[in-house]
Amino acid sequence: MTDDDIIKVAGLNHWFGGGDVRKQALFDINLTLKRGSFTVLMGPSGSGKTTVLTLIGCLRAVQDGSVQLLEQEINGASEADLVALRRRLGFIFQAHNLHESLTALQNVMMGLQVHPGIPNALAQKAAGHMLGLVGLSDRVNYLPGNLSGGQKQRVAVARALVGTPAMVLADEPTAALDKDSAAEVVDLLKRMGQARGTTTLLVTHDPRILDRADRILTLEDGQIVKIEDRN
Amino acid sequence: MSQLLQRLFGRLPIGWLQLTHNRTRFAAALAGVAFANVLVFVQLGIMNSMAAATLRPYDFFQADVMISAQDANALSEGGNVARQWLLQALADPDVTDGTGLLIGNVPWDRATKDISFTTFGIDPAKPRFLANEIAGDTNLLQVQNAALIDRLARGLPRDEAAAIRPQSPLEFETQGRTLTAYATFAGGGGFGGDGYMLVSDQTFLSLFPARSSGAPDHILLTLRAGSKPDQVIARLKTLISDPSLRIRSYADAAQEDLLYQQTRRPTGIIFGFGVLIGVLVGLVIVYQVLSTDVADHLREYATFKAMGYSGRFFLGIVLEEALVLGVMGFLPGLLVGTAILKLMGAITTLPLAMSGTMAISVFLGTIAFSALSGIIATRRLAAADPADLF
Repeated sequence: MTDDDIIKVAGLNHWFGGGDVRKQALFDINLTLKRGSFTVLMGPSGSGKTTVLTLIGCLRAVQDGSVQLLEQEINGASEADLVALRRRLGFIFQAHNLHESLTALQNVMMGLQVHPGIPNALAQKAAGHMLGLVGLSDRVNYLPGNLSGGQKQRVAVARALVGTPAMVLADEPTAALDKDSAAEVVDLLKRMGQARGTTTLLVTHDPRILDRADRILTLEDGQIVKIEDRN
Repeated sequence: MSQLLQRLFGRLPIGWLQLTHNRTRFAAALAGVAFANVLVFVQLGIMNSMAAATLRPYDFFQADVMISAQDANALSEGGNVARQWLLQALADPDVTDGTGLLIGNVPWDRATKDISFTTFGIDPAKPRFLANEIAGDTNLLQVQNAALIDRLARGLPRDEAAAIRPQSPLEFETQGRTLTAYATFAGGGGFGGDGYMLVSDQTFLSLFPARSSGAPDHILLTLRAGSKPDQVIARLKTLISDPSLRIRSYADAAQEDLLYQQTRRPTGIIFGFGVLIGVLVGLVIVYQVLSTDVADHLREYATFKAMGYSGRFFLGIVLEEALVLGVMGFLPGLLVGTAILKLMGAITTLPLAMSGTMAISVFLGTIAFSALSGIIATRRLAAADPADLF
């Protein structure tokens, strides 16, 4: 792992279930992601993309193999260490998962307030600025129910990026969006990631996104079958 | 409110925002908490009124020590005490005076509503055993068939009671005799009778021919100033050769009566259970509201978990909701509870009223059961697995 690598996965295997129904989902996954890169992970349904994402995102326990995230080994790490690591990541979900009771501004503030000691006023200012960057400065006080699908996903992007995460993990963020909105969200993610030096790992089926990727990993039946570097 | 809570917690008041997002559901939740509070207030009010009604007759008398029969768990229950023990007790150098107290129930048949008086027969020559408010009128009881009656008695019109004076006494028939009320005192309806009446021991014996002056219900004693009641009681227990008698300080007798009413009499137990059921209803309502709210927001909570929020953060949100429900549900509960107690008090003449202690203890109880419900509801958070979000 070089200083430039933000993540290094080596010999990663993963199983679901137990006993007779135990099924291996990932087979000897090896990959590294460079700081600031924009990587797309693609593959058919059930190929193991989401499992890779959740393991790298510290949302599942690593069973076998090594995952080094931000120079820290995840396999065997304590729950507290995993929570601390997750605070340095940004998550974007297929369903935006915004809190319906919170305004756009408050939802984005939640991405900052996970870090202790940030005063409310500062969080509010930073969240407002971030919403401006994603083109929603006129929607800061809107509840998610009053925003369009594309606007919600832009709020989700702002929430993921407001804390200046080392890495953003995005799962099908454009699946529910029309063509223009999808392009807008991905461009935003890439542009802001580059500006902030954030690494992005994006899981998608959407071929419209591929031309934005620095690297494309193709997963089939739990194995990486193709690595395509675009730069 | 949102700004205030944000300053208070130092973070976004997510609990408050979640609760108020759906105003109809929020109003229903507050109504549920208020309902549980009303239940507790009414049951507590009745229980307290029973306590007040139990202790009320003890206020009519002044004594340091009371001697009662073994089975006299309450003032108007149990057997008699031989008068000879009064004379025996007076042999103690610290016992300055004593008197017998006779107790019986006298019905006053009225055209509109019969009134049952808990009647005390006392020695009118010993006003020192009576409360100051009553002592001044005891000379009136020297007259045969004279009575002092309770002006707050249930069923006695207030204007009729207010007109009773030595110059304009009220005559009434009871137990085949004509009694004359020359004055009144403030008693109040209780659970055992509609009010109280004081007569001389001689009048009492004429009302209850089967009773004897040699066997009062209780013996009241006063002690020399500066004497230690515990020591005197200990001496009396050796001085009086009947070991079955209950010799207690007057204050202890009142408290034992109260404890008996609350823990041994069916009414006390029923009212106690009423309070418990009110608390349980409140607990279930708040739990139901909170656990439904947690279930409705599992996805958001899972998102926060993925972002790195800890379990303490979620507990904080649920407790915040519990506190909001507890505090905001308490206020309407207090208002409605006060109104119901006032109405019930006016109808029954029982001492039913909202007290500061009751309001504070129910408030603290509400906060406690709301918090407990919140803590239980957070168990559902375990179902919020951020890995399921993908």
